[in-house]
Amino acid sequence: MGGIFVFAKVENGVPSRSTLELLGGAQKIAAGLEEPVTAGLLGQGDAALLYAYGVETVYRVDHPLLKEYQADLHLLALERIGRTAEPRVILLPGDSLGRDLAGRLAFRLQTGIVTEVIDIDVHPSEKSLRFTRQAYGGKAIAAIVPKAFPVVATLKPRTFDPAARAGDRTGTEIPVEAPLDGAQAGTRLVERVQEETTGVKLEDAQVVISGGRGLGGPEGFDLLVELARVLKGAVGSSRAATDAGWVPSSMQVGQTGKTVSPDLYIAVGISGATQHVAGISGAKTIVAINTDPEASIFKVAHLGIVGDYKAILPPLIARCRELVGG
Amino acid sequence: MRIVVCLKQIIDPELPSSQFKIDPGSKRQQPNGHPLVISPYDENALELALQLRDQTAGHVTVLSVGQSSAVSALRKGVAMGADEAALISDPALEGSDAFGIAAALAQGIQKLGPPDLVLCGCESGDWADRIIGPILAEALGIPCVTYVARAEKHNGHVRAQRVVEEGYEIWEVTPPLLLTILSHESNVPRYPKVKDIMTASRRPISTWSLSDIGLDTGHVGNAVTRVEIQELTLPTRESRCEFLEGEPGGQVASLITKLREKKVI
Ligand SMILES: Cc1cc2nc3c(=O)[nH]c(=O)nc-3n(C[C@H](O)[C@H](O)[C@H](O)COP(=O)(O)OP(=O)(O)OC[C@H]3O[C@@H](n4cnc5c(N)ncnc54)[C@H](O)[C@@H]3O)c2cc1C
Ligand SMILES: Cc1cc2nc3c(=O)[nH]c(=O)nc-3n(C[C@H](O)[C@H](O)[C@H](O)COP(=O)(O)OP(=O)(O)OC[C@H]3O[C@@H](n4cnc5c(N)ncnc54)[C@H](O)[C@@H]3O)c2cc1C
Repeated sequence: MGGIFVFAKVENGVPSRSTLELLGGAQKIAAGLEEPVTAGLLGQGDAALLYAYGVETVYRVDHPLLKEYQADLHLLALERIGRTAEPRVILLPGDSLGRDLAGRLAFRLQTGIVTEVIDIDVHPSEKSLRFTRQAYGGKAIAAIVPKAFPVVATLKPRTFDPAARAGDRTGTEIPVEAPLDGAQAGTRLVERVQEETTGVKLEDAQVVISGGRGLGGPEGFDLLVELARVLKGAVGSSRAATDAGWVPSSMQVGQTGKTVSPDLYIAVGISGATQHVAGISGAKTIVAINTDPEASIFKVAHLGIVGDYKAILPPLIARCRELVGG
Repeated sequence: MRIVVCLKQIIDPELPSSQFKIDPGSKRQQPNGHPLVISPYDENALELALQLRDQTAGHVTVLSVGQSSAVSALRKGVAMGADEAALISDPALEGSDAFGIAAALAQGIQKLGPPDLVLCGCESGDWADRIIGPILAEALGIPCVTYVARAEKHNGHVRAQRVVEEGYEIWEVTPPLLLTILSHESNVPRYPKVKDIMTASRRPISTWSLSDIGLDTGHVGNAVTRVEIQELTLPTRESRCEFLEGEPGGQVASLITKLREKKVI
């Protein structure tokens, strides 16, 4: 049947940011493949919101058990949709959802999978697909071609430009039956806890200030939070800082952590390992503050200050405060 | 509690980029005598396994698919405190993708006997596909929770803290189950004692071929991969850093000027 299938989510009356990125990736290859973009929706989200981005067909499983996320039930619904839609490509977000479901979906559909994709191309004459991803912690770039279809691909968050609206369009909705039953859920949610330090979401922030092992302890982060408040930004961290328990894991930036794409990224006491840098490739301006002039972070930074953060941050906070008139 | 921890041996992922070379033929990193280590998150997984075992009673097995060199990774696992170790090694495994590796792990786990808990790293330090754990859970037909920072036993269940974008979730699962483990302050890998390293170095490690685990060669190897690595290249990186000189006050003043020119503040 073919098509580029996007696992979509609509929240508060709009497609989610990750859905728009998937649609952006789908639009990039749809013309080259000469195949339509299709989507799957779980629950009751408005399909018209997806038609407006060029989606031609929406496959929907609507079931009360899909209201809250539960991996096994979501997977069963997705598997059903996959078998009904029979697309050529299945795009999932490379976030916590994709990390949970993509491999299992590929196993069930007995097909190939490529994860953390940063680019997709279509060969102009052969119409074959080629995925690009990082390997070896960002030290290498791999080009991967699928041999089995539908190929499942997860797109690295904050890497593909969100899709543009295609104007007033309509599409077709196809209901998909999935006989779900609570007993199929192998895991039970006990609690969901939100963690935020400055009220600005790290992924959405235009200014991100991250701290690493060089801060020497959790107290160092107080200065970062202060600067972030003044600049209306968010605070991130390296893995060394999260591993030490100075800040929660949800603040980690990098290969395992989050991808951020702010206008301004300030790395404080972070050496610049490739696995950290993998999370900031979309940052427009990178500033590094580090005592070691040889630190790798200066190889990716645009502006560098060699110095102790304890001497740099207080005057920086004071000057920024004057500027914003606080 | 019977726990199996899947350990992958890799070239030290913290080597600087300057020492990273690609072998264009095999499309993999050139080993060049660089140190071989246990993929970092697998050590966190093993640490968690040892803690869970030590809280009550149990048995921890470390299991790896790889070449004979991986025996040293398993020995380190034993020195850290694992009760048993096994290596699955077979020339037919060469060129396997994630499905081939997971099939071998699944058969190895069957041979060890039914586990209560299987632990994997959340992602490996080389390819970081993030899928071996979830695929292995499917192959074993058990539930799976990914990117777990900590886990504990709770009234016959396991409670796992899964890190998500907004914070974390606590999931409760009845064994058997599989978790993929993230580093966390609670699972910092212990250093093995010199005495335990010595004992482990004399321990025979079982090495199984595919026929030993009852896996047909048709399930593994390059012939059955579902994707193909077409090319592996080095990223282009241009250094463009402008250093701001002077005393801290002057550095900060220059920084502010530059950031205002760029209109980012
Ligand atoms: C599979 C895998 C996944 C990974 N994922 C991630 C990830 O998502 N995110 C991540 O960050 N890392 C990740 N890592 C870890 C990464 O390789 C590095 O180990 C980590 O980023 C190092 O953290 P750091 O820069 O804070 O610490 P360090 O490398 O120890 O650097 C500390 C820096 O602080 C500087 N410093 C010291 N004192 C001061 C001072 N007073 N003022 C200013 N500077 C000072 C030092 O010069 C040094 O450069 C991953 C690794 C692997 C193998
Ligand atoms: C076409 C193709 C050919 C390939 N050929 C080779 C090859 O010849 N040699 C090669 O080394 N790689 C090869 N690879 C890469 C290899 O298949 C991947 O390493 C594999 O998919 C596992 O993924 P990962 O390492 O990214 O682990 P992830 O999916 O990120 O999973 C991480 C966790 O799974 C567990 N795990 C992963 N691998 C093992 C293992 N071997 N033993 C025990 N536990 C493990 C660990 O707990 C680890 O932390 C090939 C890949 C492709 C696509």
